[in-house]
Parts: sequence; structure tokens; C-alpha cells
Amino acid sequence: MTSTPTDLTAAQAVAAGSGDTPEAPAAPAAGALRAGAGGTWQALRRDVGAMLGLGYIVLVTLVAIFAPVLTAISGWTPYEFDQTAIDPNLGGMPIGPWGGVSAEHWFGVEPGSGRDIFARIVYGARVSMSIALSATALTTVLGVSLGLVAGYFGGRVDLVISRVMDFLMAFPALIFMIAVLSALPAGNRSTLLVVVISVFGWPYLARIVRGQTMSLAQREFVEAARAAGASGTRIVFREILPNLRSTIIVMATLAVPGYVGTEAGLSFLGVGVVPPEPSWGQMIAASVKWYAVDPAYFVFPGVFLFLLVLSFTVLGDRLRAVVDAQEGR
Amino acid sequence: MPRFLITRVASGLGVLLLVCLFTYLVFFALSPDPAVQICGKNCTPEVIDQIRGNLGLDQPFWTQFFHFVVGIFAGRTYGEGVGAVECAAPCLGYSFQSSQAVWDMIIQRLPVSATIAVGAAVLWLLAGLAGGLLSAVKEGTFLDRFTTGLTLTSMSIPNYVLALVLQYVLVVKLQWLPFPQAVAFADDPGQWFANFVMPWIVLAVGYAAAYTRLTRANVLDVLRENYVRTAYAKGLAQPLVWRRHALRPALTPIVTIFGMDFAGLLGGALITETVFGINGVGKMAADSIARNDQPVIMGVTLLAGFLVVVGNIVVDVVYTAIDPRVRVNA
Repeated sequence: MTSTPTDLTAAQAVAAGSGDTPEAPAAPAAGALRAGAGGTWQALRRDVGAMLGLGYIVLVTLVAIFAPVLTAISGWTPYEFDQTAIDPNLGGMPIGPWGGVSAEHWFGVEPGSGRDIFARIVYGARVSMSIALSATALTTVLGVSLGLVAGYFGGRVDLVISRVMDFLMAFPALIFMIAVLSALPAGNRSTLLVVVISVFGWPYLARIVRGQTMSLAQREFVEAARAAGASGTRIVFREILPNLRSTIIVMATLAVPGYVGTEAGLSFLGVGVVPPEPSWGQMIAASVKWYAVDPAYFVFPGVFLFLLVLSFTVLGDRLRAVVDAQEGR
Repeated sequence: MPRFLITRVASGLGVLLLVCLFTYLVFFALSPDPAVQICGKNCTPEVIDQIRGNLGLDQPFWTQFFHFVVGIFAGRTYGEGVGAVECAAPCLGYSFQSSQAVWDMIIQRLPVSATIAVGAAVLWLLAGLAGGLLSAVKEGTFLDRFTTGLTLTSMSIPNYVLALVLQYVLVVKLQWLPFPQAVAFADDPGQWFANFVMPWIVLAVGYAAAYTRLTRANVLDVLRENYVRTAYAKGLAQPLVWRRHALRPALTPIVTIFGMDFAGLLGGALITETVFGINGVGKMAADSIARNDQPVIMGVTLLAGFLVVVGNIVVDVVYTAIDPRVRVNA
């Protein structure tokens, strides 16, 4: 499963606490691990949709990592203005068809400024991927640990954590995120975005982890561990957590498209990544003024964004189907 | 039942108070001095002090917060003596930009937002339920797989991208529809529909897809239940089994989710209204964000919180009415 960079984050978040899977004691009794990661990968590999999605995710990841190399080859940085590519007599419209697509500018240029769209897409991929994956990692760590603690220890701890979750889930999250981000200084927006998204995102995973932990805590292997004198922390992280692995991976994969969309949406509304740093959402927002005369300007970032969200959604969906089938549901 | 309702309302008010506190705290602690903003270009320190005094900005945080909350329920008076401004309850303050009362601004724009929200909700319920039921009836067929693919695609397309595509194709290229504007139904029903149909579609598509999946999954789950098998064993025909035994338990969870989604629609309306340039509450919020008009942002945040809290309570009440199983605990 961890053969691709995009899977790393989710998998690492799990591996960090769980130790090695073979250590999970009484594995036959645990049931959830019956098929193991190898079987999941085998089943997933036969699924065309999942593989196409994974392929696109890998592509975008590589593009994001090698952004400087790619712009060196294409010859334009995302911040350079090319006055020769736009027509001042037409209000700054790109010269040439499809928004100025040419050998010089592969995806055309921005109307008005003449900045290279290919370069901005490539650097925008960095923003999209890094924010969505960091937010997923942070929500996973928060959601899993708080869910485990609430589910295993119960009592007052559970009461407090559950109340906080209820409160956060009953919160008008998008509006509040916008309000907070608009009030905060423009400083390091990427980090702020990750933090704000995660604060509102973790309860959705924690609720499921809590429920599963409560039922796992009743199982024989946990009782055995307790009888053997294992501490609460050890039981939670060594006995229960490994059994939640597939749930966590599926939930994390399904969370990514939401966060990609949230980042783009917030940037679209002008409270996300600050210009001139490029982001796909922000490019689409800028294209609203031009869409009638230069549709290529919104088509490029729009298609890249749509395909990224679609890929993660399809991958997550198929992953869940495979895992569900393995667990005999 | 009454006691259950009282606890729910009390906890709802608690949530609202916390939303209020959080938002107020964020603006109090982080944003630039509003008095300087209101004052504008030709400003002297004396004027700034006076504005601060009038708005109560020179007082400690808790006093300000207290006045704000009391203002919502009982109204408040800004300033003293001749220049005093009476702000009737529910007082959410005045816009820094236009000096209008925030409450009036919201009330003015609410009908437009409500039109978009209700239209979208009707659309997504119809499409979602029909698609989900169809998919479940034809489970495993080409139609089912096609619907599943379509829902995944619809869920993934960001609504502002869809809005731009629709507007480009239908308005600019084909010229079938006008650029959306808020036309009153009473003025011209045909134009009203033509203007609102794109915002409805854009806002509804994601939800329609989610409801299709949910309906399909719920129906298929229920059909595997023992009592459905019993019904078939009794010799009931399929339409009757569906109508009498399968649909109700399959569709009740959708009521809950619909209530929550509808109450939380203001977030989606924000983007939809902004893209189409329709002057509703959402666009007002987006504009005030751009101009850092805090009282308006506060007001809309509170409104959104209020809708979510009320939505939750309504859902709980409706749910106990339609699902006999939860009535026992209530």
C-alpha cells in the first residue's frame, strides 16, 4: 500500500502508533486483519477506476515535487509577467487561440498580466497537495488519538471529548473558517489553513474510531492483554489501534478530496493562499472576470482541480468497497 | 417530550453563545482596530477616541461581549446624549462600510437566499431519491453502475467550476438563459425560473449525488433485513413489500441528514451567490470579508450558527415523530 507517495501520509499516521502489524496478538480473533494489506492491494489493482485515480494522484504529486524542474524546462516561473503574450488593445487578452496556448506558453497565459498558466498550475499543485495532505495527516492523528482515548477510557474523558465533538460538528464550519481566516493576519496562510481545516475536521474520524474502539475493547484479546497486566496506553496503541488500520486508511483517503476542495474554495473566496503564490482555487476566482471571453483561463485550473478531487473520491470509494468486502459486510 | 425539548433548546442556546464568543474573541484579538477603519482617511486621534467611546471599544473584552449579547435580545444604545443611536433588538451592530444595521441588511437579502436554498433543496431531494431508488431497484445493472459513476463525478466537481461552465455554455455560447439576477416570482414567473435555475442546479448537484448514494445504500440495507424476507415469505408482491416495509425505514435517516444539510446551506450559498453575482446573504458575507466589515461577518456567522442549531432541534423533534423506535428513549 505504501508504494506511492500519496499513501504515505495516511499509512505513516497509522504506523506511527501501531508498531508492526504481525505483533497484533490473537490476530485470528481480531478478524479485521483477516485479509491483510496485501489482499487489499491485489483487489484494488484489478479496479480500473481506482488505478486511474491513483495514477492521476501520483502524477500531480510528482508535478508538485518537481515543480521547479518543470518550470525550468517550460521556461517561465509563475511570477513572471509576459507583456508580449497579451494584447493591450484588447484589454490584456491573451494573443492566440485557447487563451494563448503556444510552444512558448503550454497552457496559455493569464489575461491582463501575461503570467504563464502552466507554471501557476504546477506550483498550484504544490499548494493543493501539501495543504490537503497535511490537513489529512493532522486530522488523522487528532481524530484517531482522541477517538481511541474517548472510546477506551470512557467515563468523564469520553464525556468531555464527545461534547467537544458535538459542538464542533454543530458549528457552521465553513462560515466560521472564513470569518477566522479573514480576521487573521495574512502571514503564513498555508499553516493557518491546515490548522483551521483540521480543527473542524477531526470529529468526523474520531466519532467512528470511538465507536469501533468501544466494541473492540469488549473483545477477548483485549481482555487477555489486560489480564496479562498491560497498561491502558499499551492496550490502546498496541492492541486496538492495529485493528482500526483499514478503517483509518479508508477514512483518511476519503477525507483528502474534501480538504482539496475546502482549500480551493477558501482560496476562491479570497481567504486562502495569498497572491502572488498560486493556488488553483485562487486562479479560478481570478478567471471569473474573464470567463466569457477567455474560457481557457478557468478550464485549466478547473479541470486539474476536478480530476484531483475525483481521483481521491474514486480511490477512497473503491478502497472502502474492497475493505468492506474483506470484512464480510 | 417537553423536557426533552427544553434540554435541546438549552444546549442549542449554549452552542450559539459559544459560537458568538469564539467569533467575537477572534475579531477582538486579531483584527485591526475598527475605529481606525470607520474613521477613514481624514482622521484625528480625537475622532478615533470618540468612535471608540461610542462603540464601547474602549471597554474590556467581557464588558463588550456582554453588551453585544444583551443587544441581540434587548437592543442597545450606542453613544450618549444627543448623538445617541438606538439599535432595536435584535441588534447585531452596524456595518462599518455602509452604516446600515446588520440585521436590516440580512433581512433584506434573506428572501433571495431562501429562494435559492429552497429551490436547490427541492431539486436535490427529487433527484437524489429518484436516482437512489432507481439504482437500488436495478442493483448491479448498467444503469446502477452508470448512476454510481455519475454521482462520484458530480460529488467531485467544485460548485464554482460547475457554475462557470454552465454560465459559459448556457448563457454566453447558447444564450438560452439570461445572466442570473434576483427576479421576483410575482413580477414574471418565467423569468424568475430562468434566472434561478442555474444557481439551483449548482447548489444542488453535490447534495443530489450524496443523497443518491445514501438512498441506494439504505434501501439495499433494509432489503436484506429479516422482516423484508418475512414479508416476501408471506406472499406479498414486490411493490407492496417496498411500500409497506422497505421505504420507511430506508428513508427516515435521510430526514435527519436533510435537516442538517439544509440548515448548513449558507456556506454553499456563499460560493454560489458570489459566482453568479446574486445579491443574497452569502454574497453579502463574501463582500464584507473582502472589505473586512466585521459586524456583518459576525452577523452572518451568528445567523449560520442559529440556522444549524434550529435545524438540529427540528430534526430531533421530527425524527421522534416519524421513527417509533426512538420515541421510547425520549
